[in-house]
Amino acid sequence: MSKRKVGAAHMPVGECITQVQEILRQRFCRQRVPDRPGGVEAQHKHLLGLLKRTAVHGESNSVLIVGPRGAGKTMLLKCVLRDLMEEKEVQKNLLQVHLNGLLQTDDRIALKEITRQLSLENVVGDKVFGSFSENLVFLLEALKKGDRSSSRPVLFVLDEFDLFAHHKNQTLLYNLFDVSQSAQTPIAVVGLTCRLDVLELLEKRVKSRFSHRQIHLLSSLTFPQYLERVQTQLSLPDDFPDENFAQNWNSSIKAVCEDKSVRDVLQRHFNSSKDHRTMNMLLMLCLSRVSVSKPTIKPADVLEASRMCFSDAKANMLHGLSILELCLIIAMKHLNDIYEGEPFNLQMVHNGADGFFC
Amino acid sequence: MKYFTRPKIRRVLQWRGEPISLNRRTKISEYESLVIRVEGLPRTTVINVGQHILIEGEDEENPYVAKVLRLFGDESGTQKKVTVQWYSMVSEVPLSKLKLLGREPHPQEIFYYQGPNCDDEVSAESILRPVKVKHLDGSAPFPDPGDPDSLYVKLSWDSKTFKVVDSALVNPDPAPASCPKPSLPPSPPCSPPAAAPASRGLARRALPTPDPSVMRRAALGEVRYSRASASAGKACYAAEAESLHSATKLSASKCLSAKRRNAMERTPGVRKKLELCSPEKKSMSHTDVLSQLLDEDLESEGMLAQHLSSSPPRTLSLGHRLTPLKKSRRASAAQDASPLKESTGMDSPPPSAAEDSSRELLDKSPQQGGLVEAGLPTSSVKTPRRRNATPRGKYATRGQKASTPSRQKGSKVLKEPALGALAEVDHEDSPMLPVTTPRSSKRKSARLVLSRIKVQLSLLENQQDRDSDSEEEDDFVPSKKELQSSSEEEEEGEEEAGLDSDEDVVVKKRRHASAGSRTPRSKQKTSTRTPRKTPNRKVTPSTPRTPHRATPSIPSRSRPARQPANVLEEARIRLHVSSVPESLPCREQEFQDIYSFVESKIIDGTGGCMYISGVPGTGKTATVHEVMRCLQHAADVDEIPPFHFIEINGMKMTDPHQAYVQILQKLTGQKATADHAAALLEKRFSNPAPKRESTVLLVDELDLLWTRKQNVMYNLFDWPTRRHARLVVLTIANTMDLPERIMINRVASRLGLTRMSFQPYSFKQLQQIITSRLNKVKAFEEDALQLVSRKVAALSGDARRCLDICRRATEICEHSASDPSATGLVGMGHVMDALNEMFSSAYITAIKCASVQEQIFLRAVIAEFRRLGLEEATFQQVKSRRTERRRRRSCRRSFLHESIDRLKFI
Repeated sequence: MSKRKVGAAHMPVGECITQVQEILRQRFCRQRVPDRPGGVEAQHKHLLGLLKRTAVHGESNSVLIVGPRGAGKTMLLKCVLRDLMEEKEVQKNLLQVHLNGLLQTDDRIALKEITRQLSLENVVGDKVFGSFSENLVFLLEALKKGDRSSSRPVLFVLDEFDLFAHHKNQTLLYNLFDVSQSAQTPIAVVGLTCRLDVLELLEKRVKSRFSHRQIHLLSSLTFPQYLERVQTQLSLPDDFPDENFAQNWNSSIKAVCEDKSVRDVLQRHFNSSKDHRTMNMLLMLCLSRVSVSKPTIKPADVLEASRMCFSDAKANMLHGLSILELCLIIAMKHLNDIYEGEPFNLQMVHNGADGFFC
Repeated sequence: MKYFTRPKIRRVLQWRGEPISLNRRTKISEYESLVIRVEGLPRTTVINVGQHILIEGEDEENPYVAKVLRLFGDESGTQKKVTVQWYSMVSEVPLSKLKLLGREPHPQEIFYYQGPNCDDEVSAESILRPVKVKHLDGSAPFPDPGDPDSLYVKLSWDSKTFKVVDSALVNPDPAPASCPKPSLPPSPPCSPPAAAPASRGLARRALPTPDPSVMRRAALGEVRYSRASASAGKACYAAEAESLHSATKLSASKCLSAKRRNAMERTPGVRKKLELCSPEKKSMSHTDVLSQLLDEDLESEGMLAQHLSSSPPRTLSLGHRLTPLKKSRRASAAQDASPLKESTGMDSPPPSAAEDSSRELLDKSPQQGGLVEAGLPTSSVKTPRRRNATPRGKYATRGQKASTPSRQKGSKVLKEPALGALAEVDHEDSPMLPVTTPRSSKRKSARLVLSRIKVQLSLLENQQDRDSDSEEEDDFVPSKKELQSSSEEEEEGEEEAGLDSDEDVVVKKRRHASAGSRTPRSKQKTSTRTPRKTPNRKVTPSTPRTPHRATPSIPSRSRPARQPANVLEEARIRLHVSSVPESLPCREQEFQDIYSFVESKIIDGTGGCMYISGVPGTGKTATVHEVMRCLQHAADVDEIPPFHFIEINGMKMTDPHQAYVQILQKLTGQKATADHAAALLEKRFSNPAPKRESTVLLVDELDLLWTRKQNVMYNLFDWPTRRHARLVVLTIANTMDLPERIMINRVASRLGLTRMSFQPYSFKQLQQIITSRLNKVKAFEEDALQLVSRKVAALSGDARRCLDICRRATEICEHSASDPSATGLVGMGHVMDALNEMFSSAYITAIKCASVQEQIFLRAVIAEFRRLGLEEATFQQVKSRRTERRRRRSCRRSFLHESIDRLKFI
């Protein structure tokens, strides 16, 4: 037993590295929902409470989650749903419908998708998919039949909510909100959007039916928090098989984060963007430089990764140019400055370039 | 086929006998009986006091049933009036009230009408024919199969409740109203149908026992028939021999009923086939025969009697019976009177009479079909055994029918997907012999038919499946396709698709026809009505496609919803917009106005429009609903006449024209395409109907019904102005000046000036609303409530918003409840939080939270705007501005460089 433990504690380095890559990549690519939402606990509590009331009490609600891209809207929702589903009372009760404004580009498609996801079409065979209007009437009737205490609550998740507002007459939104404001099947409408002015997109009668609950995900992250976040993102969890390796890794990460040059690099990133995705991209580049021969992340890796992130694609193109080509480009640049963007021809460029050669 | 064409028939009404009383002053004399004679026909119909009659309904499918109480007219004889006691057909009872019955209504069931608001004096011209009405005890079952042309009375209906009716009321003998002598039994043998079209060429056969479906079928008459035929494969033999008819009818009707419960069975292969039932199904087949007959033979009732027993061709056809198995049944079917009697076991009416009456039913009152149709769901379930009998009769349609392929639509009606599987199973258990039974052919075409039948038989024996598309080729294609349901279904689909397209054509045609040939129906409904195809046909077909009966619902919870545990949760439920308050405070004036408007219209039996406007969340829809609830209550306690309430919402339909469909469906339960629904509604609202209830139509979100030609709105506002419409239209929209802004003059003018505007709520009203909703649940501090209502009133006056904020405040309060200092009430702090959350714009926070680079960019944009004095700037300008500022401030931070560079790519 102890032998095995020792054995487990000393996995070959290569295997450790593979493990590290796997764990961290999952984290960076957001394939795994984090155990707890970082920095948005209040919103998490709010949303969880709201959805729980729909699921348990049958109270209809509507809410918008607003935040810039990469702010963690979907992550928040996923966390909430996971926590919600852990409750037995909710598990069997809640029906979910997920729609995306990029996929369901008009109400007709959206209705079909809703019907499909609620698996209502089985009840009547395929007959229900008649015309669009029949479909709408059908769905509304189905929703109308329910009441607060007896029918199962339905959760509608509308990703890219602002795109639904562009549908004709906003029929879908009107009807969803109307159901949520009347004594029919309890539904919760959760919209995810990155547009702050999304309410202005809604027609006034649609807007009036919306409950005006908005959850803003605006990260007021400071730089120390950002730094800390980088560190936790890179750290290995406690249950990593090889404890020694994990300890070494974590301490090296800590050292890296305290390094002066790394801090500068991270500060630059922080200033240009606070969202999680760009940070993860940077860390992913760092991680990919880890190999068996170089089992830890060094400050140099971070610098290099940052350089790649910030590299200017156009400037890169200049690298491979010959002298002649460079000369022509410089000449063009001069001409552009002289004529202030007015068009010029090759002859002029050539004349200008001639000056360099002489 | 020539014989089928019917010239216009003129009916002549005459008093029989001397007036039994004469009122000298009014010069009105009362008579005992009335003779209705059709020109060119020897037979006459006698209507006696106490007899039950069918009276023209608002459309042809729906005749009214009534009992004659008094016959009277003026001296000159130009005006003949009848005082009647009404009965309600099943279809006249509002769908919602049918539930009170506690059971499925029998299709032939009628109710003794005791409701108010009914003109019981009708013109004698509108009498269609006598009908037989039987009284049944409350507990007695309906005879099954019953007499096809009798109706059954069990209960009375006073527009609120069903009550057991005394047989004395129904029974003709007591003759409640001054009937001197007991009337003749309905449709006595001696009296030929009153308005029998003269030119029917077909001889008539005795009718076997009917069943409900038969009745239904019969009522639909020709239309139905054509549907059957069409569905069956629409082959049309113009020159079909009459002998064929019986057989075909048999199968066709069966096929109809079978189809109704069995979607699977509809197969092209099947459609042409004639099947006879195995002997044990005999009775059923009889009924089918009957119905078939009814359906089909529209031709000439007059000739029937003469031809019945004597026609040589018939014997010929008898000789041609195909299989011994069917003989007995066929015999009964083929033979006239006597077999009929045996098989049906019905005694009173001699067969010919029965026939006549049923025929008459067909001829004169196709509308009956509609009525019975309403009861359809019930009856279709009634006789499961019939499921096995799935003969599809393809039978030849007359030339006339052939010309209207669209009728095929009818077949669709029959599909009842739900039962399909079941039926299929049955089917496989007991496949039946498909048989063609030629009978009583009296035409020259008969022979031809016979030979064809023979061919068919041989085919049959081979047991190949044949398909049927050979419509021209033959009428009867036996096939056993029904067993192979899957392939059939596919075909079915195709067929359906084809049919759809046909449908439209037909509609147009029909409409055209009605516009052209049909004279507007005026008071005296013409005696000359030949059975016409009724638009109704259209309606039914669409049902199977969208089985509205099968509307699924959201599955119910596996665990019950939790009840509110504390005051805050209780308050939250009460504050939810969806909870219906006991009363609507602060809208008393509006409520009163709308109430009196609608009430007066209902009492007067007139129509009118009202336009209600107001910003969202001011209680427009809620108030109207409240009014309707109160009116409904008033109607329940008999203070005002009963009425229908229909609601449509512009937002809940995909296209303005869908409004027609929804109105029609809510009014009658029919489904139709938009165009057709419009036509039906038009007809409904423009034709008089003695017993029509008022209709209140609520149109929410009116502005969405706008179309370029505005015909939807035009119609909605035009119908109430019709004399007989009894329609009250309440329209709701957001904008006050909608009529002026988007409506063209003729629409706006019809809308009229009855307008009402809902003002936004003031803060006091909002406070009152919340307080009344909370209804003594102490969850809020007074100040907190006032704060909320003042804030909302200042902003929008939207009650929904106000309630939402309060609800949010209770949540916040609950979250902070862990704080020991909290009182448990929602205080100012919580409300402030909620208000901030919902009203504050997130822009400031968002900018605060933006990254440094983004903030700098915004600053540069502002600086550029200020410099230019315009709210527009190119990206280049902004960028250069930024670099400048950096230089000026000697800001050396390295990220600026990069961010500027990066900005290029934004």
